[in-house]
Amino acid sequence: MLSRVADSIYWMSRYIERAENVARFVDVNLNLMLDFPGSSDQQWQPLVDISGDTDDFAERYGEASQDTVIRFLTFDTKNPNSILSCLRTARENARSVREIISSSMWEHLNQSYLMLTAAASRRREISDPHELFSSVKTASQAFTGITDTTMTYNEGWHFCRLGRQLERADKTSRILDVKYFLLLPKADDVGTTVDDVQWAAVLRSASAFEMYHKRHGRISPTRIVEFLLLNEQFPRAIHHSVKAARESLHAITGTPTGMFRGPAEQLLGLLCSELAFAQVDDIIGGGLHEYLDALQTKMNQIGTHIYDTFFAGRPAAPKRQPQRRAGVAPIA
Amino acid sequence: MTFAEYDPEGFFDEMFAGAGAPRAGAHALTQVIEALPAGEIERRQRSAERALLAMGITFNVYGADEGTERIFPFDLIPRIVSAGEWRTIERGLKQRIHALNLFIDDIYHERRILKDRVIPDYVLETAASLRAPCAGMRPPRGIWCHVTGTDLVRHSDGQVYVLEDNLRCPSGVSYVLQNRNVMKRTFPQVFAASRIRPVDDYPSHLRGTLEYLAPEGLESPRVVVLTPGPYNSAYFEHSFLAQQMGVELVEGRDLVVSDGLVWMRTTKGYERVDVIYRRMDDDFLDPTVFRPDSMLGVPGLMEVYTAGRVALANAPGTGVADDKVIYAYVPKIVKYYLGEDIILPNVPTYICAEDADRRFVLDNIASLVVKCANESGGYGMLVGPHASKKEQAAFAAKIAENPRNYIAQPTLSLSRVPTIVEGAFEGRHVDLRPYILYGKEIYVLPGGLTRVALKKGSLVVNSSQGGGSKDTWVLAGDPRLDTDRPDIDSVMATMRQEQRSC
Repeated sequence: MLSRVADSIYWMSRYIERAENVARFVDVNLNLMLDFPGSSDQQWQPLVDISGDTDDFAERYGEASQDTVIRFLTFDTKNPNSILSCLRTARENARSVREIISSSMWEHLNQSYLMLTAAASRRREISDPHELFSSVKTASQAFTGITDTTMTYNEGWHFCRLGRQLERADKTSRILDVKYFLLLPKADDVGTTVDDVQWAAVLRSASAFEMYHKRHGRISPTRIVEFLLLNEQFPRAIHHSVKAARESLHAITGTPTGMFRGPAEQLLGLLCSELAFAQVDDIIGGGLHEYLDALQTKMNQIGTHIYDTFFAGRPAAPKRQPQRRAGVAPIA
Repeated sequence: MTFAEYDPEGFFDEMFAGAGAPRAGAHALTQVIEALPAGEIERRQRSAERALLAMGITFNVYGADEGTERIFPFDLIPRIVSAGEWRTIERGLKQRIHALNLFIDDIYHERRILKDRVIPDYVLETAASLRAPCAGMRPPRGIWCHVTGTDLVRHSDGQVYVLEDNLRCPSGVSYVLQNRNVMKRTFPQVFAASRIRPVDDYPSHLRGTLEYLAPEGLESPRVVVLTPGPYNSAYFEHSFLAQQMGVELVEGRDLVVSDGLVWMRTTKGYERVDVIYRRMDDDFLDPTVFRPDSMLGVPGLMEVYTAGRVALANAPGTGVADDKVIYAYVPKIVKYYLGEDIILPNVPTYICAEDADRRFVLDNIASLVVKCANESGGYGMLVGPHASKKEQAAFAAKIAENPRNYIAQPTLSLSRVPTIVEGAFEGRHVDLRPYILYGKEIYVLPGGLTRVALKKGSLVVNSSQGGGSKDTWVLAGDPRLDTDRPDIDSVMATMRQEQRSC
């Protein structure tokens, strides 16, 4: 597969996943506000922090409030990580590979984008935010479903999944990091309704509320961290996502399971093992923030290695082989 | 909606011989349309437009911000071409492409046609689209123009004329295929009762044409489509054709020349490329040979091409045949190389570089269409009768300044086809661009892109100038000979029954 095409597919699915995550954060926070009428705008700043655009936001909007944060994260085309920008980038990437992906995938993404631009052009105020964010989430989930039912599980499909899973792992780690930091220090709230509702919101931000309760029953910060970080079966848990990413990477390279070639495979394999053996008490004992920080650094490195291995053109010039037509040119 | 009020108004109408008198091939369609419940045709029209938008079959409007992505307007009423008429068109196009290919080969080699004084030297010496680096080149199998889109028009005299040749990168064929898909969904009854020649096999003909050019001895040559990228106005088509042919769509930055071959960068290393269907102009192909500032092309590509280790379609240099002054000589070109009279005539053309012609053009500019020799897309053109005195004077000045760059033709009265305009049928002017492939043999896609000037009275059909498109139905022989198909009366009976039971 062309390097440029693999690159576009990877980013297409990362941006769709990103749009879904942003929509979920905002929606959950809006719901949370309803439980605490009159609560301060403090609850909104973390959303900007999760997306990693704190400086850009401060420069252009100043104070975080419900109104400014929603505008920034929804229709602001100057914010590359707003929902609208994410879908636009995803669509531009899809457009450049539409002969590779299935036409159902393209049509669905195109229609989702047109739906959102129509909503954006109707008015500045979002009339029914819950409906809007729901439709973004559904659009992304439907895209994943359409991808899995209409595209051959070939190299392109695996790049699609690789991008989606890495993005998902990244976002779950940011939710945990930001919320944990904000929630724990308030010792007064521990064990109160406020605390439980806040933690429920963290779970909801990762669509994990129901599945967590099936597993653990009651709210416990330690169990929540364990669930979102180390659970192998929950689809938005970091451990699960990283494992799925590793499977796709191996499918792309053809390296057998249990073997690791090249820095991307090695690092991803290492990360999977770390998560498999980690104990939540050790993690919290050593500082969750530090742990998540290190995790994000590793995921960034994996991203860089994926770029170097597959997307950047290889520097060495190809040469004809003596018995040409073997297809692949030797790489120095 | 009915055709009861429809009046050809003295124009040649492709569907009606006169008011209330559909032409032979149009009976089934008019009956089906008139039997539809009120509002149904408009509903189907809107649903067709929505389908095109959802499929993202759009073109980009240059210089405009986002949200200006438009669908190429599509009208449900097709242009119908009878089997007999199509036979003539097909023969005429094959003849023309055969002769033009011999002409291009000749002018990049011996230039016999100049030595024999059939075309004056100055015409070629001043042709902007002549590519000096192509002199002496031997394209694979001696074919230069693999894909051609020739623009045809019908005048009020009923005769079909060639309006212009497009031998560079003619676009629009994807609309032909998509329009047909929409039409089959919209009027299944008509397709059931008529014999409309299919167009779906174009991509496989195209792939065959391209594979035919591959260097000898390759079992499965690798064909790619080369696009300038997603921001090109025809990007949809590039991607569509690559997908339909099952080949890679590449950009210049995906390709690299090394060790005398062209390679593409893949996630698993480099793979050799054998045939490139390039959808960009000569100028951008290779910065080491043509425009040095091109960022779109592949440095070194022409060297590999010249050595015969990669094929390019169309061959660089074919654009010379698009020059409208050379166009004027095509009847002579056909006679010279083939010894035949031209089957599809040219529109009479005045060459402004010739003194007598120029005087005539300047004296009669108000009644003529003046065209730039090297422009396309409806740009650089004056429709005398529709232009102001000021515009006419401005064009006259340009002609006087650079006569070689202009030709003029009488203003034709283009034929019309009924078109849906605000809930009624009105006649609108059309042209027709058939697509011709030159590989092992010359193949003409039955039909082509019918472009329609949607503005009332307008003669300019280009998409950039308010034009739209229609499906083109080429009928396959006499339907009475076709016994396995239901006749229109039984199809209509079923249709009425279905409507009643709803």
